[in-house]
Amino acid sequence: MKEINELIIPDELKYTQQHEWAENGDTVKVGVTDYAQDQLGDIVFVELPEVGDSFEKGDECATLESVKAVSEMYSPVSGEVVEINEDLEDEPGYINEDPYSKGWIFKIKLSDKTELESLMNKDDYLNMLKGA
Amino acid sequence: MHYIPHTQQDIDSMLSAAGLNSEDDIFKGIPEELKRKTKLDLHDPMTEWDILEKMKQLSSKITSSENKTVFLGAGSYCHNIPSVVPYLISRSEFSTAYTPYQPEVSQGTLQAVYEYQTLTARLLGMEIANASMYDGGSSLAEALLMSLRINKKRNKVAVSDAVNPLYKKVVETYFAPTDFEVVYIPVNEQGRTDLSALDNTGDLASIAVQSPNFFGIIEDNEAVSEYAKENNALFVSCFSEPFAFGLYKPAGLYDADIVCGEGQSMGIPQSFGGPGLGMFAAKKKYIRSMPGRLCGQTVDKDGKRGFVLTISTREQHIRREKATSNICSNQGLCATTSAIFMSCLGKTGLRKIAAQNHDKAVYLKNELIKCGFEDTFKGSPFFNEFVLKAPQGFDLLWEKLRCENVIAGLNIEKNYTNLSNNYLFCVTEAYSKKNIDNFIQMIKNGGKLYA
Repeated sequence: MKEINELIIPDELKYTQQHEWAENGDTVKVGVTDYAQDQLGDIVFVELPEVGDSFEKGDECATLESVKAVSEMYSPVSGEVVEINEDLEDEPGYINEDPYSKGWIFKIKLSDKTELESLMNKDDYLNMLKGA
Repeated sequence: MHYIPHTQQDIDSMLSAAGLNSEDDIFKGIPEELKRKTKLDLHDPMTEWDILEKMKQLSSKITSSENKTVFLGAGSYCHNIPSVVPYLISRSEFSTAYTPYQPEVSQGTLQAVYEYQTLTARLLGMEIANASMYDGGSSLAEALLMSLRINKKRNKVAVSDAVNPLYKKVVETYFAPTDFEVVYIPVNEQGRTDLSALDNTGDLASIAVQSPNFFGIIEDNEAVSEYAKENNALFVSCFSEPFAFGLYKPAGLYDADIVCGEGQSMGIPQSFGGPGLGMFAAKKKYIRSMPGRLCGQTVDKDGKRGFVLTISTREQHIRREKATSNICSNQGLCATTSAIFMSCLGKTGLRKIAAQNHDKAVYLKNELIKCGFEDTFKGSPFFNEFVLKAPQGFDLLWEKLRCENVIAGLNIEKNYTNLSNNYLFCVTEAYSKKNIDNFIQMIKNGGKLYA
C-alpha cells in the first residue's frame, strides 16, 4: 500500500468521498483515484455502464473487480454517459497503472454543472485521506 | 462422524472465558416472547435396537427402485452406478470435504471440482461450467436471474410450459420477491414448445426450454436458438436427463447461452429424491455474471500444476447483498460423484448406455401401444421417456400393479389438465427386457403376472 504522500492527486480534478474523480467542464471524464486503485489491488474486470445511461450523483455506475473484492463505483456527478473507455474491457489494469489518464472509466454530460462545485479539490481530498 | 458432547467442565470453562454465568446468558439477546417455554415434543428415548426396528418398518413403506419396478422418470432417474463410484466417493478426503474457504490449501478438492467442471462443460457442449448448484430447479432459476443481469434493461423471461413442473415452482419461488416477470410458452400438438405463441416484442431477457422436455421429447433447439437471437434474448436450455446427450446433441452445440439442469443421472442415487446436482454451464463471455464459483488450473512459482478458485469474488461471502447469487457452497460431494461416474463411462460408454435407454423406451412404448395405449405426441423424437394416453380404467389397473410392486408411470393430469388420463413412462438401462415383458404381461392379465 502507498503512503499518503506517495499518492498522485492531480491539481486540476475534483474528488468525492467515495474516491472518484471528475474533470472540470460540461462533458467530463470520470474515474477512480490513485488511493482507490491502491486499496483495491490488481483490478481484473470492469463492468462499464452503457452509452446513453443516465445517472444521478451517487448512483452506482460501474463495478470494479479486483483479485480480493468487488466494489461499486458511484457517479461523482449527474448526467448522461456519452462515451465509455472500452480499452478497460481488455486492459482493466490501466486503472492501476494510470488511474487518471489511460484508466478513465467513462465520459458524462453533466445535467447540472454546479454539482462540480460541491466536490472536493485536491487539498480537501488529501485532508480527508489524512483524517481517515 | 464422532459425536463428542461437552462435559460440565468444558461448559464451565467456556462460560467463564466468555464472562457469562449460565448457558441461558448466551441467548440473552433474543426477546423473551420468541423463546420456547416448553420442552420439545419428542418421543421418549429408545434403545439402539428399537430404533433400528422402527427405521426398518418405516423404510419398508417406501417405494424404492431397488425392490420394485418403477417406470418413473420425471426428473429422477434410476441408472446403474458402477461400484467404483461409491467406493471412491466414500473416501473421507472426499466425503468430509466442505466448501473450501481457504481454497488453495485444498488442492484435492479443487482438482476434483476442476475435473467435474471440465467433464460437465464437455457433456453440455459449452465453454465453461461452474462448480455446481443445488439441483436442476435452482440451476434454472439462477440461469434466468443471470440472463436478467446480462440483459439489464429487460425484466421478463419466457419459460416453456414443458419444463419440469417442479423446476417451474422453484423459479416462481425465486422470482416472487422480485419485480421480474415469468411468462410461460405453451406446448403444441407435437409436445414441443410453441414459439409462435410469443409475440416478438423483444422485451424478453431470455427464453428457457427444456430438452428432453418434461414429456421426454427432444425440442427443436435450432429454432429456439434462432428465435432467441432474433429477439436479442438469451437462449437458456435446461435438462433433467443428461444421459440424453449420449445420443442427442446438447444445446451447447446449438449456440445456447446458458445450459443448466439436473445431474442426478450421472452417478447419484435416487435416494428418496435428493440430494441432486445442479449442473450449470455458460458461454465464457458471461463468466462475470455467472452464479457460484469456478475452479481453474494454474502453475505455482516453480512451474508446477496447481488449482485455484478463479472466480468467487462475486459470491455472497465476499460481496453480501451485491452477490451474483447467494449460493456460495456447491454440491461438492455430488459434483465429485458425477465426475467419477462420467470418467468411468467415457464418451463411448455414455453413448452405449444412452442407446440402451432409448432402445428399451422404444420397445416399451410399442408394446404399450399394442395394449391399447395411444401415442399422445405422435412422431416426436424422444429419449427414454414418453407420454401415452391410457385406455379407460387404467387408473384401477395402476393401483393393482402398484400392489404387485410395479409403478406403471406417472399420471401427468395434475400438472397438465388438458392431458387427462395421460401417463409419463420412463425406461433406463437398469431395466431388463424381462422387466418390460413382465410388465406388459401384467397389463394384459389385468394386474397379475400369471393369468
